[in-house]
Amino acid sequence: MIDLIGSGPAFLAAFLASLVEAVEALTIVLAVGTVRGWRPALTGAVAGLLILLVLVLALGPLLSLIPIKVLQMTVGVLLLLFGMRWLRKAILRSAGRVALHDEDRIYAEEAEAMRRADRTPRRRLDPIAVATTFKAVVLEGIEVVFIVIAVGAVGDTLIPAGIGAATACGLVILLGIVVHRPLARIPENTLKFAVGILLSSFGVFWTAEGSGFPWPGGDLAIPAIVAAFLVTALGCVALARRPGAQEAEGD
Amino acid sequence: MHAIKTVFREAVGLFVDSGSLAVAIIVAVIGSAVLLPLPATARAVLLLAALLAVLVENVRRTSRTTPRS
Repeated sequence: MIDLIGSGPAFLAAFLASLVEAVEALTIVLAVGTVRGWRPALTGAVAGLLILLVLVLALGPLLSLIPIKVLQMTVGVLLLLFGMRWLRKAILRSAGRVALHDEDRIYAEEAEAMRRADRTPRRRLDPIAVATTFKAVVLEGIEVVFIVIAVGAVGDTLIPAGIGAATACGLVILLGIVVHRPLARIPENTLKFAVGILLSSFGVFWTAEGSGFPWPGGDLAIPAIVAAFLVTALGCVALARRPGAQEAEGD
Repeated sequence: MHAIKTVFREAVGLFVDSGSLAVAIIVAVIGSAVLLPLPATARAVLLLAALLAVLVENVRRTSRTTPRS
């Protein structure tokens, strides 16, 4: 029987994180494909996806060889560092302290860069286009790989997490084919906010478990931890929206 | 060598954006794990409280030095 308490959040975290990163990678692939041609753009993107798939398949099972307490502690702390970094940035973006990610602007900049790049005719695939989409997919995807492996290995939910990431990736590819332009309307910051809360919650749960500190209620503590992070993060957004010292001095 | 440096920088960048946040998280984890003589369950709750406090303090401090766009 599928453990919904364990696999549900793992699926959701991987799905949302993959959605955000796939949207960002799609913007680059679209810009490169439109300017330099679809064959090299897709070749680089597919090669990048294959590298990410190999990483998940190779590293995921390897982690299961590590003693569970050590794995929980290590992955817990890494998830805390990773998740709270995402959450902090999402809070600051929500409050207007950091600029929001603008897919239309990034698309325009990347397309312009591709127009200016060397266009010397070659028989083989355009190496600049291949390298650009390959790098974009690998760099954006490596965060998803970490989430899938970390959440999957410790919670024994590698398959639900992998399905979550693959579903989001497939959805974005499908939307990209249909609309053929950057998915600027996807609320990226809200998604990052949600992923940051989920990963931070997993991180604190597993760090404590790995340290030998049991949670009141066991796994049922996870929703309470998520709620605590959510309420605190919303409070942080309100706090960050208030005029800061710099602005107060200027008033 | 340049490629290795780039990969290392990207790998570190996955986990560390604000150095003070990363340090505060590590201090909170170590502090709750070894420093205070409390029951195990209380340590788990204390760890959560410490991390939430770290987040609030980091956002508050960043907001004081970063103007709204």
